[in-house]
Amino acid sequence: MADIAFLLLIFFLAVTTLDTDTGLMRQLPAIPDPNMPQDVNKINDRNILEVKVNKDNLLLVEGELTQFSQLREITHRFIVNAQNSPDMPEKELVSLPYFGDVEVTKAVISLQNDIGTKYGVYIAVQNELIAARNSLRESLAVETFGVPYDKLDEEKKGAVDDFYKVPISEAEPKRIGEN
Amino acid sequence: MARFVKTGEKQVAAISTASLPDIVFITLFFFMAITTLRETDVLVTVRIPEATEGKILEKKSLASFIYIGEPLETFQTMYGTEPKIQLNDTFKEIVDIQDFIAQEREQLNEADKTKMLVVLKIDENTKMGVVTDVKQALRRASALKIMYANVNVDKITLHQ
Repeated sequence: MADIAFLLLIFFLAVTTLDTDTGLMRQLPAIPDPNMPQDVNKINDRNILEVKVNKDNLLLVEGELTQFSQLREITHRFIVNAQNSPDMPEKELVSLPYFGDVEVTKAVISLQNDIGTKYGVYIAVQNELIAARNSLRESLAVETFGVPYDKLDEEKKGAVDDFYKVPISEAEPKRIGEN
Repeated sequence: MARFVKTGEKQVAAISTASLPDIVFITLFFFMAITTLRETDVLVTVRIPEATEGKILEKKSLASFIYIGEPLETFQTMYGTEPKIQLNDTFKEIVDIQDFIAQEREQLNEADKTKMLVVLKIDENTKMGVVTDVKQALRRASALKIMYANVNVDKITLHQ
């Protein structure tokens, strides 16, 4: 008996892979239907943070060359807009469950890349953007509910997500920067 | 003075092995439960990029994998060194993605079809051109939930 069990054990030991996959979850936009009228709701320019990575893997934020290490900080400041400055995102009064009537930001992040951009850099940039948003959600969760974001139930998570929605959009690809 | 008297040969009691099968069985069941069989052999070199915000893939059964990277050395004579797309066990082209997604979706049961997730395992040195093409193909196949596979680290070291 023990021998058979041992054999099986060794088999399973050999074939087991313990690696868990981790990754950044993203939702791709659906292909727009050509028959449907295009959404003409233009987003106000002040609400958009334009992040571009060119073919030399250089980072441009709002058209300015930026160090990668500053990106998280810049994004954070952009979303919060503590001074309500007129060239940073607007705020909108909405009522959310758990929060009541609150002002939430209308910020949107637009991420663009060239054909020649390295995938690793692209992911690193995305990671920074997501990290900035996540840290805001995290501190909001701790402030309001006294528990970290991960420990919240789905409903509360949804409310926190709505507070800092900040969609990260990927622009329709353009064939630029070839070679 | 007291004396210790040796009273014959004293045997060391043998450890009972009666519980051995039980222990083995418990370990066996443990490994059986956690085992996921490796389904595909990866034919490309994939150095997955680093990130700090990665989430754990919870339902592996809902995931389909797309690998992109340089072919392994043994395939380089046939396929060259340019990044190739691997679906299941073979090298494929962008146009094949739609079929692949349809096939993978077919394997899921009705309730899970909307929850399908495509995991992109892409080498960090790949150019975005290929990645964008794949993303467009996925949009056309309406597989919109994707995950960029990464290695979770505390701090990213960027190789620019």
